[in-house]
Amino acid sequence: MLEFRKDLFAAERDDNLNIVGKGAQRQDMPGHVTGRSPFFDDHAFEGLLHLKVVRSPHHHARIRAIDTTAAERAPGVKRILRGADVPLNKNTLLSLINFGKDDEPTLAVSKVAYKGEPVVAIIAETEQQALAARALVRVDYEVLPHVFDVEEALKPGAPIVNETYPNNYFEYHDRYDHSKLRFGDVDRAFATADFIVDDRYQMSPIEHAPTETNGSIAAPEQNDRFVVHSCAQGLFFSLGTAAKILKLESNRLHFVGGTVGGGFGGKVDSLTEPLSILGAMMTGQPVRYVLDREEEMLYGSPRGAERIYIKDGIMRDGRIVARRIRSYFDAGAYTRLSSYAAIKCTAHLPGPYTIPNVSADIYVAYTNRCPSTAMRGFGITAVDFALEVHMDKGAEACGMDPMEFRILNAYRDDDMKAHRRVAKNTALIECVQVVAEKAGWPLSDEARRQSSLTGGGGARALIPATPIDDNGRIGRPETRTGPATETLPAGTMRIPMTKQPIMEGSAEARPTPAAVPQYEPYRPTPASTAPAYQPMPAAPPPAMPAPPAATAPPPAAAPAPAQPTQHGAVRFSSVFGTRRR
Amino acid sequence: MARHRGRGMASVNYPIGMNLGGDPSQALIHSNPDGKFTVALSAIDLGQGMKQVTRQVAAETLGVPMEDVYVDTADSDTGPHDMGSFASRGTHRMGNAVIAAAREARGVLLEAAAEELEVNAGDLVTDGRGNIHVKGAPSRSITVKATAQAAQFKQGKTIAGRGIFLIPLSTVDPQTGELNPNTAFAHACLVADVEVDDETGEVTVLKMASAYELGRAINPKMVEQQLVGGAWMGISHALYETPEPYYPDPSHGPRDFNEYLMPGPGDIAPYSITVLERPAPDGPFGGKGPGEMCANPVLPAIANAVYNAVGVRVNDLPITPEKVLRGIKANGGARPQPRRGGGG
Repeated sequence: MLEFRKDLFAAERDDNLNIVGKGAQRQDMPGHVTGRSPFFDDHAFEGLLHLKVVRSPHHHARIRAIDTTAAERAPGVKRILRGADVPLNKNTLLSLINFGKDDEPTLAVSKVAYKGEPVVAIIAETEQQALAARALVRVDYEVLPHVFDVEEALKPGAPIVNETYPNNYFEYHDRYDHSKLRFGDVDRAFATADFIVDDRYQMSPIEHAPTETNGSIAAPEQNDRFVVHSCAQGLFFSLGTAAKILKLESNRLHFVGGTVGGGFGGKVDSLTEPLSILGAMMTGQPVRYVLDREEEMLYGSPRGAERIYIKDGIMRDGRIVARRIRSYFDAGAYTRLSSYAAIKCTAHLPGPYTIPNVSADIYVAYTNRCPSTAMRGFGITAVDFALEVHMDKGAEACGMDPMEFRILNAYRDDDMKAHRRVAKNTALIECVQVVAEKAGWPLSDEARRQSSLTGGGGARALIPATPIDDNGRIGRPETRTGPATETLPAGTMRIPMTKQPIMEGSAEARPTPAAVPQYEPYRPTPASTAPAYQPMPAAPPPAMPAPPAATAPPPAAAPAPAQPTQHGAVRFSSVFGTRRR
Repeated sequence: MARHRGRGMASVNYPIGMNLGGDPSQALIHSNPDGKFTVALSAIDLGQGMKQVTRQVAAETLGVPMEDVYVDTADSDTGPHDMGSFASRGTHRMGNAVIAAAREARGVLLEAAAEELEVNAGDLVTDGRGNIHVKGAPSRSITVKATAQAAQFKQGKTIAGRGIFLIPLSTVDPQTGELNPNTAFAHACLVADVEVDDETGEVTVLKMASAYELGRAINPKMVEQQLVGGAWMGISHALYETPEPYYPDPSHGPRDFNEYLMPGPGDIAPYSITVLERPAPDGPFGGKGPGEMCANPVLPAIANAVYNAVGVRVNDLPITPEKVLRGIKANGGARPQPRRGGGG
């Protein structure tokens, strides 16, 4: 059942619209409910061939030799593909935006880093023939020691999972083994807190379980192009990935898709397109490569596991004064998209709360399991689980109702967030209040009177003095713990606010000016109002951050390393600076 | 041995789109000579409703009936570049690109109508039912169809538009994590009521209630579809699913739906949703996007409800009967916590 609370935020909304806001039937609904919407696998081709891959039976092994002679002679086999047949047999998905080093082969050559890694592809006239020939391929493996635990993988001496990242972690900014967030002085705040709540959480891997498994059909077109029926979640993402791996100009590929039988993040990796196109190139015939259910479930790239440690410092009156987070993303054997999830997670912390001192170290670790990838809420879902269970424990520690505890600590308009930008357009408090009312969960009058629109800003808008460190230098695990190297003065900002979105359109009848996101310049203002919300007599406040200093101009950024070659259109941010291979 | 009821809650926010920006979406719109519009995209409809969201956004902006707009997606020969359907970015990024394209097409449409009516284009308005008329003078009007015919065969005008929406890429400070992230955040709070059997360790979700703040519900039916489906996924993540039940030990992995646990129809709980709309300043008609976040509050709310019922904290997902029973045993029995109001 769904209902609206149109009374809330009504002043910010124009509800006088014709079509937006109407629950109209979807244009594609008749096709879906009658089973007639065409999906990628609903395209018939004459002479369609079928591709199946031979997968590693070992978690980690060196490949000594591959013998395909028996498979080549098997009935119906048209072609066998090996790593040497792939024009560019090393890629990383986010190279399209120049983020990360190429680390994953399409077909393994010298070693396999997870159970299920593709080694050889077989193309035959029928699926049965391809499966029969698959059993005839002989691969001679030398089994290597493996590592499955993220923290074990980061210890010196752990088996090297991914030779591109020999320390078993993704490298951030060419400098650190993790992604950092530093805001205020957590250690000082912990020392003043009345309660410390400290715990460990583990998000499990999850299978996307789409109704339609991953797959594609590629066919030569008569004009020297290839048409590709794909279930990719990003059509040009997959086209660009395939063009790179196959060393084709992008306009020789014609991708058709758009109607997908469930993705949830599991169809971003282009698991099948490069090989089905390569098969069509090699045989001159249409080639279909579809994962069966067991392959989808075991080797179709799951939501990655995350291990999260949270430590909160809480005052007797319920205010959280410090939060420290250490988290490990389990990327599996190759990077895929985990590197980006960790960035997204870092920016999300400390959750939708205004906490004056926050510190986080987020690692992406490689282990000998199937590479993980995006899944609904990627970078956020796991840490939200950990944060919100931790909030429940925090409320219990200080003897507060869990909803009142959230409302007390909720972020509000004009509050400073830990990534040093001002919060706008917030609505957490209202969501809590509405659910409380609906669920019959009693709230105090004080809590019911709170609003996201008021009570923020002032002292809550300050950027505190922040000790920063050089811990976790690449290749130097002994530097993971160490003292601060300097303290950034209060009010320090180092990144220019350049975020004006571009929304093109000319010769237009523009009824309203283009709406653009607003980042307001940081203007420290002295605290003028009383604390927004005090549910019970407060203990003396902890030592608050130093008073604001003048906003420091951003120092000149270090020049980016030269980039003689790049595949993507732009260099991706400052997060990753190493020249790609 | 008994069944214990418990209640838990969680509140979350969610960033819309790739959070460093740098994720453009493009859209093209054109009209045929009868004044019927096609929106060409390379965006993907995974079932979330990409086609319908952009159809409603395009029709609203063009000022024509929804039935006069169809969305074609996705063909890389006709649909211009889009990053893809992930990161809850479809409605926000592509919605804005479609608005930009529709504004441009509307501009040409009104210029063509102005030429036919011999007025200034700036004096014209659309009625959303297929007519264009002079503001304040509905009798001085022309249909969209007649306008499109005149544009194509008489005036030689292309009623078409192109649009892109791009939030430029942000840099990140390596030492502090400072950055300019995405600008729109959706919000939610959820209460879950559960029952825990202290003999079997089984957890049953009895009911859930939530409030979601989504900027603008562009199509409320599709919002409901997302939120209900996402809550099911949240229950599934919390209590059932994983391909590695003894993670990080990878053994005992399931191979098919006989072995991979997901809730069936009998495990679905009654669910009541309230939608709040605080328009995002940079969203299409204020829209944000409920796509990903709708599972997120369910996981911790159920974990907190299990604690409330029997006093066991399960910090490692999923919350299997084995973990609940081990926790009860470690505590020397079930320890029900104070009841929350209305939880009975």
